[in-house]
Amino acid sequence: MSEYIEFDKDHHEHHPKETFITKWIFSQDHKMIAKQYLFTGVIFMGIIGILMSSLIRMQLAWPEEPNVIFEFLLGKWAPEGVMDADIYLALVTMHGTIMVFFVLTAGLSGTFSNLLIPLQLGARDMATGFLNMIAYWLFFISTVLMVASIFVEAGPAAAGWTIYPPLSALELAQPGSGLGMTLWLISMAVFIASSLLGSLNYIVTIINLRTKGMSLTRMPLTIWAFFVTAILGVISFPVLLSAALLLIMDRSFGTSFFLSDIFIQGEVLHYQGGSPILFEHLFWFLGHPEVYIVLLPALGIASEVIATHSRKPIFGYKAMIMSILAIAFLSVVVWGHHMFITGMNPFLGSVFTFTTLLIAIPSAVKAFNYIATLWKANIQFNPAMLFAIAFVSTFITGGLTGLILGDSALDINVHDTYFVVAHFHLVMGISALYGMLAGIYHWFPKLFGRMMNKNLGYIHFWVTAVCAYGVFFPMHFIGMAGLPRRYYTNSNFPLFDDLADTNTIITVFAITGALIQIVFLYNFIHSIFYGKKASQNPWNSTTLEWTASIKHIHGNWQGKIPEVYRWPYDYSKPGYKEDFVPQHIPLKKGEEEY
Amino acid sequence: MITLFITLILIFISIAIWQMIKIFDLTRALKGEKIDDSQIANDKDNRVNARLMLGFLAFIYGITIICIIKYGHFPLITDAASEHGVKSDTLMISTLGLIFIVQTITQFLLHYFAYKYKGQKGNKALFYTDNHKLEIIWTIIPAIVLTGFITYGLLTWADVMNISQDDDVMVVELYAQQFNWKARYAGNDNSLGKSNVRLIDIDRANILGIDESDPNASDDIITTELHLPVNKPVLFKMRSQDVLHSAYMPHFRAQMNCVPGMVTQFLLTPTITTEEMRNTPNMIDKVLTINQIRDEKNKKLIEKGEEPLDPYDFDYVLLCNKICGKSHYNMQMKIIVESQEDFDEWISKQTIFKNSLIAQN
Repeated sequence: MSEYIEFDKDHHEHHPKETFITKWIFSQDHKMIAKQYLFTGVIFMGIIGILMSSLIRMQLAWPEEPNVIFEFLLGKWAPEGVMDADIYLALVTMHGTIMVFFVLTAGLSGTFSNLLIPLQLGARDMATGFLNMIAYWLFFISTVLMVASIFVEAGPAAAGWTIYPPLSALELAQPGSGLGMTLWLISMAVFIASSLLGSLNYIVTIINLRTKGMSLTRMPLTIWAFFVTAILGVISFPVLLSAALLLIMDRSFGTSFFLSDIFIQGEVLHYQGGSPILFEHLFWFLGHPEVYIVLLPALGIASEVIATHSRKPIFGYKAMIMSILAIAFLSVVVWGHHMFITGMNPFLGSVFTFTTLLIAIPSAVKAFNYIATLWKANIQFNPAMLFAIAFVSTFITGGLTGLILGDSALDINVHDTYFVVAHFHLVMGISALYGMLAGIYHWFPKLFGRMMNKNLGYIHFWVTAVCAYGVFFPMHFIGMAGLPRRYYTNSNFPLFDDLADTNTIITVFAITGALIQIVFLYNFIHSIFYGKKASQNPWNSTTLEWTASIKHIHGNWQGKIPEVYRWPYDYSKPGYKEDFVPQHIPLKKGEEEY
Repeated sequence: MITLFITLILIFISIAIWQMIKIFDLTRALKGEKIDDSQIANDKDNRVNARLMLGFLAFIYGITIICIIKYGHFPLITDAASEHGVKSDTLMISTLGLIFIVQTITQFLLHYFAYKYKGQKGNKALFYTDNHKLEIIWTIIPAIVLTGFITYGLLTWADVMNISQDDDVMVVELYAQQFNWKARYAGNDNSLGKSNVRLIDIDRANILGIDESDPNASDDIITTELHLPVNKPVLFKMRSQDVLHSAYMPHFRAQMNCVPGMVTQFLLTPTITTEEMRNTPNMIDKVLTINQIRDEKNKKLIEKGEEPLDPYDFDYVLLCNKICGKSHYNMQMKIIVESQEDFDEWISKQTIFKNSLIAQN
């Protein structure tokens, strides 16, 4: 801590000597930690997650044919190139776990909360850099454990990312529930510890370290989103931790929290009195807020990117804040909509239908406000803006089908079919991914001091956008034909034979969509080293991060921390020659704030 | 193998395009043209991408239309084979209608505005921060529409979940285990014998753990096919012996999880017999299409010298719809809905529990 107190004197006298290790590995600097999250969470885990989804799609499109790719990548789990059914479930499970927790929770929040909270608030660093470093390294450990679990003898966890017991609790039920599941649970416990430390740090920083003049209603919407996300994380992740611990007890110490009356492989087990439904409650008490932990940062990033690149204030700033708060509040009282048909009391089903459909109101407000922001704008189609617009598009498409799934009477028909897969991939998977990509394109100059190539960005965007719809739109319809998810192959039901060609088309889109990410990866890595040098404020943005030094230094600003005099969205304000007025420019005499 | 080839070809094509772009840029540089390498969108980028936005809107509409035409008969929306299914279909269709309208309008506005208000150098956007009237309108309208849909949904839900225990209801147990289903009929007394997995005795063929000392148990009937008399309410009692399963009967719009350690239930009244369902126009079309697909496959199979597939005829089916392990994808049971007489005849041929036990010496 001592080194930061010096900065508060607004002097920049001397650095403590930096070694390779303190600068690149055990760094306490928020910008370096953001980059570490970006590389571990987004890039590394992202590649694994996407690769797994490609394998899943290939299996679904060509279930009976031997496939050299399977043979090459899966080895003994694909004898003669035919994928093993247990491994299919393991791939589905690990794809879900990695994407939801590692890429879209830790990767997304970790990168952008760490980068932007101090920079946009005018703070020298996070409230405690040490905890921040610990949070990252705990995340790293959990990543290592999760990746290691893929290589264990009997295969990784395979009970679905929701790991419902008894399937996840009993090794007799499936091989993945042995060592693979143990590693999964330990990895998640460490992950949750990391997430809690990170979230606490974000909350404390936002409450305490805002620069002079940065009142709560002058914070950029990104910060509002990160703030609420962190609070949601602190409320809900401990519940998953308790569920994981109880499951570990059931698995290893013979307790019966979630298990009762089980006869498997010819023997009666001793478990008595527990309930798997209890686990479902505990899991979804995190699981549903988790959806918004993934989505809210993307909403925040989209708000910022849309306002900046359309050169127009975000429409209804206060309504945007209110709707973030409303969504966050509702998100902790809707978890039961994942459980309508689990045997839960039907009256509870009614309550959860009611609260769930209410979420549509703040979501609709958000969508309309984005559209209103585009009206009479002066849109600069940088790749970041394209992804932000596509975000709104998939958020609407995916969100609307929530009206069917959130309605208990209709959920009976389409629960656990491909309709659900289509819905959540669009509304949280693809949307959050677009938010993340918009963020990477927009803040790349801040992260690495260089620009990404825009033409490669355009190719990346348009192919990705077409493929995302190509994959997930038809999935609604095969879901409405009653096709269940998590089936290794559909060929055992002649009833679904007429859906096979659609599955092939979806796979072609999916593989193209996965391959085009190579363009992004190339652009990303190439630009880090050879990209065009960025100017101080390449997008003519109003927020504080663009006043900080381009070269990453401890403490972010060479001299004084800028003071803030206005809200963050003074774009195209009448009375100014430029079409943006940064937050640190004082109001003119007689000028109203907004 | 083909996949690998396609993958490699795609990779090479992308490399080729990238190199061509580079060469193109280099020649322009050699000609002395000024290149804008700021990596920030200029007017030309704005124009191109704005047009592509309109193109993308057309793509979204196109894919919607194609999907609706291709799947126009919506198997989960038409021909519900149960009493409550017809009501939930009406709710489904009206919700889909609402979604379709909102989707069409909002996507249009989003992409059209993106196209129309593309950036131009020297232009300035309108400084328009908020409009309370407008915001109240688009808060209130969704709120009113949703109130309607919530009420409608809750009424339907209450209807579907209403389990009234009149004498007229036939009780059937659905028993799940990795990876198959059993059905247990209550017999003449219409009440199931007590059961617990601890009573399972494989040697005596008491596979469902039925309490032999319970007088209600003796006339229970265990089957591997689910026969239901048409127009008679059936109360399903679901049990599982190992992990979570889910009894999914899409044609009846019915689904309920089977949870070890407890009994869940679902009430439905089948209204269309298997025979009648086979003769609905949608089903005739569907079966025809599927058999064409299977014929195509058979040609390949015969070439390889393998057994051809049987021709398909429609049957209702009970699927497992909760991930339950290796053979989850093949956990199914045939459902036959028939007239009361046919049902009575079938059930009279089944062995009752008391007689199915293997006597031990």
